[in-house]
Amino acid sequence: MITISINGELRQFPQSISVMAFIEVMGYSGKRVALERNGEIVPRSTFDTAQLNDGDKLEIVVAVGGG
Amino acid sequence: MNDKLIIAGKSYSSRLLVGTGKYKDFTETRTALDASGAEIVTVAIRRVNLGQNANEPNLLDTVPPSQFTYLPNTAGCYTADDAVRTLRLARELLDGHSLVKLEVLGDPQSLYPNVIETIAAARTLVADGFQVMVYTSDDPIIATQLEDIGCVAIMPLASLIGSGMGILNPWNLQLIMDRVSVPVIVDAGVGTASDAAIAMELGCDGVLMNTAIAGAQNPVLMASAMKQAVEAGRSAFLAGRMPKKLYSASPSSPTAGIIASTRN
Repeated sequence: MITISINGELRQFPQSISVMAFIEVMGYSGKRVALERNGEIVPRSTFDTAQLNDGDKLEIVVAVGGG
Repeated sequence: MNDKLIIAGKSYSSRLLVGTGKYKDFTETRTALDASGAEIVTVAIRRVNLGQNANEPNLLDTVPPSQFTYLPNTAGCYTADDAVRTLRLARELLDGHSLVKLEVLGDPQSLYPNVIETIAAARTLVADGFQVMVYTSDDPIIATQLEDIGCVAIMPLASLIGSGMGILNPWNLQLIMDRVSVPVIVDAGVGTASDAAIAMELGCDGVLMNTAIAGAQNPVLMASAMKQAVEAGRSAFLAGRMPKKLYSASPSSPTAGIIASTRN
């Protein structure tokens, strides 16, 4: 079991998963989102190879209306 | 007339830049944007709402980046580090898009910019390849420093964000324009059409606003008013106004050939 912080909320996953699988589980596949892990950008091109580990802190963002 | 606004080598026909926040819904956002004629639109970068249905409509569907130049902002950031991280996320989100609006705030009540953090963030972002349009105070010395760092537009406030107080210090805007060669765009404080026209008559290269449109009773009509005000103000600036004088001894009609008085 691994615990990951996603936008400040703790979530548990059975084992280490790829970013790609994680995006799918969260329902964001095909959506325009950007992801930062522990303060560093995870480029979309590396989603299938990058693995999430216990204790990772993720920020997932979208564009919203703003001035 | 070929009078384009050129930012970082790209030319734009509209000198009105608008925000996409505070509208009733996406339909109103889009209708107001169209009425404003704006080509550059600011967007915010925010955490996805984890509980929310991922299929809900989103801004990118209504305001497609293929039709507008996105200007992702750092609204809500109070440190250089947060602003830089936000814009790196924005660049990833928008497929390498590098034109951004940097704003680092100093105080949640006034939303006045923290220029020390702004300068630090600008340095990092420029070194990282971003084209930085920077929101700042109307301090001419800070403005020149931001230009020296490599910012592609200087965007001083006219008055506080969301205040609608208009152009409080035209003299400082003038000092900035006299010293800076990149575009100077008034960002924040415009309340109504005349404020936008005044900014343009002063010689500003553009005006950026959000609340003045979204906060109007009829945002779409106000968007159209702002478009006309920016165009009118720009034309008046280019035309060159007559000098002000308390009285003129020179009426507009001929002084000769006036019919005789019958009074005596």
